Amino acid sequence: MIKNIIPLLNLREGKEGKIVELRGGFGFQRKIRVMGLREGKKIRIVSIQPAGGPITIEAEGNMVTIGRGMAQRIFVEVE
Amino acid sequence: MKKIILMGSPNVGKSVVFSRLTGANVIASNYPGTTVDFSKGSMRLDGEKYEIIDAPGTYSLTPTNKAEEVALKIFKKGDIIINVVDATNLERNLYLTLEILEKKKPTIVALNLWDEAQHTGITIDVKKLEEILGVPVVPTTALTGEGIKELISRLKEAKISKTRSTSEKEKWVKIGKIIKSVEKVEHRHHTIRETIVDATIKPATGIPLAFLIIIVSFWVVRFIGETLVNYIFDPIFELYKPVALQISHLLGPGILHDIIIGRLVNGDISFMESMGLLTTGIYVPFAAVLPYIIAFYLILSILEDSGYLPRLATLVDNVFHKLGMHGHSIVTVFLGLGCNVPGALSTRILETRKQRFISATLLAISVPCMAQTAMVFGILGRYGLQYILMVFLTLMILYLLMGLLLNKIIQGESPEIFLEIPPYRRPSLLATLKKTWMRVRWFLKDAIPWLFLGVVLVNILYSIGFIDWIGNLFAPVIEGILGLSKGATTALLVGFLRKDLAVGMLLPLNMTPYQLVIAATILTIYFPCVATFTVLLKELGLKDMIKSTVIMILTALTVGGILRLILIGW
Repeated sequence: MIKNIIPLLNLREGKEGKIVELRGGFGFQRKIRVMGLREGKKIRIVSIQPAGGPITIEAEGNMVTIGRGMAQRIFVEVE
Repeated sequence: MKKIILMGSPNVGKSVVFSRLTGANVIASNYPGTTVDFSKGSMRLDGEKYEIIDAPGTYSLTPTNKAEEVALKIFKKGDIIINVVDATNLERNLYLTLEILEKKKPTIVALNLWDEAQHTGITIDVKKLEEILGVPVVPTTALTGEGIKELISRLKEAKISKTRSTSEKEKWVKIGKIIKSVEKVEHRHHTIRETIVDATIKPATGIPLAFLIIIVSFWVVRFIGETLVNYIFDPIFELYKPVALQISHLLGPGILHDIIIGRLVNGDISFMESMGLLTTGIYVPFAAVLPYIIAFYLILSILEDSGYLPRLATLVDNVFHKLGMHGHSIVTVFLGLGCNVPGALSTRILETRKQRFISATLLAISVPCMAQTAMVFGILGRYGLQYILMVFLTLMILYLLMGLLLNKIIQGESPEIFLEIPPYRRPSLLATLKKTWMRVRWFLKDAIPWLFLGVVLVNILYSIGFIDWIGNLFAPVIEGILGLSKGATTALLVGFLRKDLAVGMLLPLNMTPYQLVIAATILTIYFPCVATFTVLLKELGLKDMIKSTVIMILTALTVGGILRLILIGW
């Protein structure tokens, strides 16, 4: 199977991926990690709001809404 | 007195644990120098009295907003720390736990939401976790009260962990190891329940559902409010009326009568218009506004504690982001619809100055509090629903336009939304009632003194002729630009003290419905009441508050002028 690494932003609703990298400063990384979104976690896109709205993701029962800018800095591995 | 501090992330049921520990005597305090409030209570332990504080929720000891800064400050003053942890999310909660343990304070961990963890197939080896952390760990289900007794009885076992200081990276590695050795998770499938849960956050289904939930909520608020008025408050005031008339009789005419009872309308007391301390002064806050405030905050607390609000915040974020804020600002709007004071306080959860400024200014300009809403219904209700709609529609359009404008003008950043969406949970009755009471308390504490002062002031100013003088002074603006009667000046003046008091002053002026629409809209926009003003002053600082005030007055005049052109013509 070919594995691709793409920003979370490019995943579509309902799709899954594995977090491989959080690109940003310490503050950003901690903020994301304490929400349960760490490297190695499998995540699912729950919803994408229209008109540049935020994205809601889920990992092991933790659900978080993040802006699209942040979604661009979280990299996931997809099959 | 020794202090026990409750520390934990948001949404772990910390305040439910707090309610269980403290019982009835809880007070909300203001952290010195800030507007962040927290709950404080007391409990007895082996005959010794302890103060117990529910610190604002925080994900780590590195603060990212004002509330988290306060949590850190409170933490530092604690003698015993109860770290409330979400058992269904042990892994990420352990970050804060490790940070707390490294601060070397006597600590005990409450593993809350224990029943939910078991239902979702999570098993945690409590004994082992206790060994690794080096402090007592007690499983609790605060909602039902399970485990709270053990938590209390083991409080004195709280001790300083031997864990050594580690870097952030090391902590995550450590957390990974801990989880591996204490937690077992049955493989989870995407259940039907989760699909239904997702429907409230997906735009196609979530937006219609949001409208439905909001409409039903307001309908319930109205129903509860009206029931309280019709069956409790109005009957009480009916019983009280002969007493007031007796007092009126005893006092005889004169300034004292004017202040205490006010003027009689057709020989009888009119609770809305008499303007006396013992008539309008107590009727308006208790019978006209309070019932709706109680109903409103009760429903809002349920929406909040059930976990719906973050979903709503997600759905509206794209709109709010264009107004320079983010979705969470809808909480400020909702709180403000009850009373602007808790609304203004809630702006502290926003990260930047720009967001707080826009959120607070828009709140003051175009979010009518329950007293204002009562006022709008009070003066326009008799003419028909369309006039009331005109006022609210104007305010809504104004909120959007001003937001777009302020987002362009105000310097600074508006960061993106970043919000945890907790699972749906049944709200705890105890915690919900406590929350409702804390919010109602803001209204009672601030509204009543200002109402009384307003009543006294109006009567004194009338008798010395000041009202006529100021009426003439502002006549060019009030009559010329806004097209209102001269007498409306007084109402606007009094409206600064209390908006609801202004109704009684607008009623006798015999203005047309259109004039009343303008007056009601202006009353909402031009200035917040004194109570909100003082909170905003603290929250924003003097410089920003002056800016905000200038914006309010200019907006009021512009909107008033435009409405006049549309509704009355020149």
